[in-house]
Amino acid sequence: MKNQWTIVLGAIAVGAVLPYVFPGPFPRHVMIMVLVYAILGTAWNILGGYAGQVSLGHAVYFGIGAYTSTMAFIVWRLNPWVGMVLGAVIAASVAILMGYPTFKLRGFYFAIATIALGEMFRILFVNWEWVGGAVGLEPPIIKGDRLMSMQFHLSKVPYYYILFIMFLCVLALVRVIERSKLGYYFRAVKDSHEAALSSGIDTTQVKLVAVAISAFITSMVGTVYAQYLLYIDPYVVFAGSISVKVCLVAILGGEGRLMGPFFGSVVLVLLSEYSRVLFGGTGRGIDLIIYGWLIVFVAAFQPRGILGLLGLKKQYAPEVMRKHA
Amino acid sequence: MSGTQVFAQTVLNGLLMGCIIALVAIGIALIRGVMDMVNFAQGEFLMLGMYCAFWVNRLTGLDPLLTAPIAGAVLFVLGAVMYKTLVRRVVGAPMLAQVLLTFGFSIVLVNTALFLWGAEFRTIPETWIRGNVDIGGVVIGVTTLVPAVVSVIMAAGVYWFMVKTRMGRALQATAMNKHAAALVGIDTERVYALAFGLASACAGVAGSVLALSYYVFPMVGTVFNLFAFVAVALGGFGSIPGAFIGGLIIGVADSVTGFYVSTAFKYVVAFGIYLATVIWRPKGLFGW
Repeated sequence: MKNQWTIVLGAIAVGAVLPYVFPGPFPRHVMIMVLVYAILGTAWNILGGYAGQVSLGHAVYFGIGAYTSTMAFIVWRLNPWVGMVLGAVIAASVAILMGYPTFKLRGFYFAIATIALGEMFRILFVNWEWVGGAVGLEPPIIKGDRLMSMQFHLSKVPYYYILFIMFLCVLALVRVIERSKLGYYFRAVKDSHEAALSSGIDTTQVKLVAVAISAFITSMVGTVYAQYLLYIDPYVVFAGSISVKVCLVAILGGEGRLMGPFFGSVVLVLLSEYSRVLFGGTGRGIDLIIYGWLIVFVAAFQPRGILGLLGLKKQYAPEVMRKHA
Repeated sequence: MSGTQVFAQTVLNGLLMGCIIALVAIGIALIRGVMDMVNFAQGEFLMLGMYCAFWVNRLTGLDPLLTAPIAGAVLFVLGAVMYKTLVRRVVGAPMLAQVLLTFGFSIVLVNTALFLWGAEFRTIPETWIRGNVDIGGVVIGVTTLVPAVVSVIMAAGVYWFMVKTRMGRALQATAMNKHAAALVGIDTERVYALAFGLASACAGVAGSVLALSYYVFPMVGTVFNLFAFVAVALGGFGSIPGAFIGGLIIGVADSVTGFYVSTAFKYVVAFGIYLATVIWRPKGLFGW
């Protein structure tokens, strides 16, 4: 136990100094994107990994977060931190509203329904003139680097630390969920819907809780991302590719595992950012070909992810419990 | 043109496009029915069929109509190889692995096409078939009529194969119970490869004739893929005639909303139909 805390504190210390170990805008941009997808993947993991409901439409919540804070900033001059919470509440509400009908569906039916909803949201925002339509939005530029306005023009480092702290909080939350009764409900629903129902679990309610938490976190990252780019449009924040990537980092690392999405994000973001720099300029999609093959090979050869490959067992289910289950 | 004529024209255009969607959908329904998985790369096979027709035409001058069997054969082989090398590993695996594998493969195919042939929209310049058919004021271009007819013939062929031939019945038997089929001597591995090849060939033929009247570009498959999914859901996920009728319905819905409402919202309507179907009639319109 003591040993474990040493590792955790060591990892936090490494994370805290990393932007100064690799200075320069590009490595810092890569680190920020690793954290963005690590948090998104962890949020996806709550619904997809622990509760077993495979969503391919998480860009909806990401986009809601980005749009809510930006619109509130433009229209009401609302502080982005407040906008972030507002967006998260809206995203969680939308998730619950969409969850009521779609959680009746299982497996493929559910996955395709989430794709359909994702596409519908993107089309809605492309055609919604009030929020900028296809042109997109730019949050008002506030002079000076201040934490209050969540805008930093001189250096990327503050964004890194915001995301770093968010990531630690999300990990702590998932850790708590993993060990709580809710975590066991999630896994019960994932393992067997019927068994969970017959042991008195309100499966729909459990799934709604999972999707609400997941959407809440996803939306918050959307806000930070909008403030980082200082420009959003529906093709960027409601992209189907975000939904796929979010799901992929979790699978790549090992779904249903606390640190799975982080490791998945490290591998995937490094690969996609550096291959984009190397080949992206050609406009011929070599980086995406590599990315596509990676997905194919992970799915065909190592569905248990990197952590599974390393032979690490899921912590929450020791063998003794498996045998008695 | 009177209002009725315009409406008839819109519906007819939808039906013609629906035939192509239907053929793509049959491929998805076939794979879903036989090996209980969903192929997200089916639309990309359509795209490859289109490029197949385009390049054969460009290099040899052969008419796209005649390239349909070639495209079908090429895609059959590609589908069977894809099954033997990759898909085989995820049959019976968790759904997530299946979704990701076919999704990843579709990204590979789109971007490989982009890499090889560029992003430009290409059209086949000349074909034997031209002119229009006029039925009481409703005008149909022959270049859209012929693809629809070919699609119907191909779909009927697949149905005949499934129902009448020994191999087709082996396919059905495997779909019902893989282990029982293996017990009575059916080589289920071969059946799966055949089903995957046949599904790809459907998309290949559809793509080849679609190239007569539609732009050829790397992303063309995505739209048709999503429409085909909706069609399959309408038909009840696994039934071949159901998928065909589902395809026609989606074609008409697409054409009617595109004309009377806005082309921007035709996807919204299609997806709305999907959600409504799976939520209220999960077995499809014709299931029970």
